[in-house]
Amino acid sequence: MASLSSSFWTTASREAMKSGVFIAKLYCFLHVTTNYLGFMAYAYGPSMTPTLHLSGNVLLAERISKRYRKPSRGDIVVIRSPENPNKTPIKRVVGIEGDCISFVVDPVKSDKSQTIVVPKGHVFVQGDYTHNSRDSRTFGPVPYGLIQGRVLWRVWPLRDFGPLGPTPT
Amino acid sequence: MGIQNILWQVAKKSFTGSIIGLTISDRCCSVVPVRGDSMSPTFNPQRNSYLDDYVLVDKFCLKDYKFARGDVVVFSSPTNFGDRYIKRIVGMPGEWISSSRDVIRVPEGHCWVEGDNKTSSLDSRTFGPIPLGLIQGRVTRVLWPPQRISKIGQ
Repeated sequence: MASLSSSFWTTASREAMKSGVFIAKLYCFLHVTTNYLGFMAYAYGPSMTPTLHLSGNVLLAERISKRYRKPSRGDIVVIRSPENPNKTPIKRVVGIEGDCISFVVDPVKSDKSQTIVVPKGHVFVQGDYTHNSRDSRTFGPVPYGLIQGRVLWRVWPLRDFGPLGPTPT
Repeated sequence: MGIQNILWQVAKKSFTGSIIGLTISDRCCSVVPVRGDSMSPTFNPQRNSYLDDYVLVDKFCLKDYKFARGDVVVFSSPTNFGDRYIKRIVGMPGEWISSSRDVIRVPEGHCWVEGDNKTSSLDSRTFGPIPLGLIQGRVTRVLWPPQRISKIGQ
């Protein structure tokens, strides 16, 4: 009796080790994919209407292009917010380094506008719905190092399944 | 064929090993060399690249971006995002820092970094406060050369 139960535990622990190793390998594979290839993002909020819906969209973002080329005007990017590193808002790149950008500081309150030159190594991001968007008009141009990825495709809602890219304007 | 099988096995094992190594280096800790003397005497007390310090960078702090004044951090440069610098945090959000001409308040979500060797250090006195999101890890120990193995404090 004693030998049967001990062999049960040894096989049980061996099986548990094998599944543990498999789960660890799966976790590592998922980590490398989401950090170096591409990831899914859930976007909600009013700042990018009408491009992104207010209630929620599931987007596919890629991390490959930021390694070998600079972002270009019109890209929708996921950034790490300069005001709170735990938040990752999604905005559109309106100006790249060297551009001279004129923008209305707060369209809800007044028509006062401001002009800045985007410094080297930074991008100017702005939400498509400028009346309700916290973006570079508030926190200034964003360094390239804060860009997490470029949004390529909308997966959900299904009726809007398709690529997301620079607007025609 | 035996050779093909062996090569395939070696390729599979090295692929898995590299994926696991990359995950550990991103989530757990990694080892980086320190170049330059902007952090003397904490790192690289002599200017000789054969004796450059290698330090252990801890990545668990990136989960919530919780840092404190006095941490030595690795961050990517705000002007040139391919470069990485190692400096010490001397100002957390909300604190006031006196720079050469005036007093600056560190904005929310940013920090003020300076090298320990103030005479030759390119840091926040030049490029201003950096967003916390640029930080890639916190330095905890010196690993090489062996006579300088130590925990970093303050």
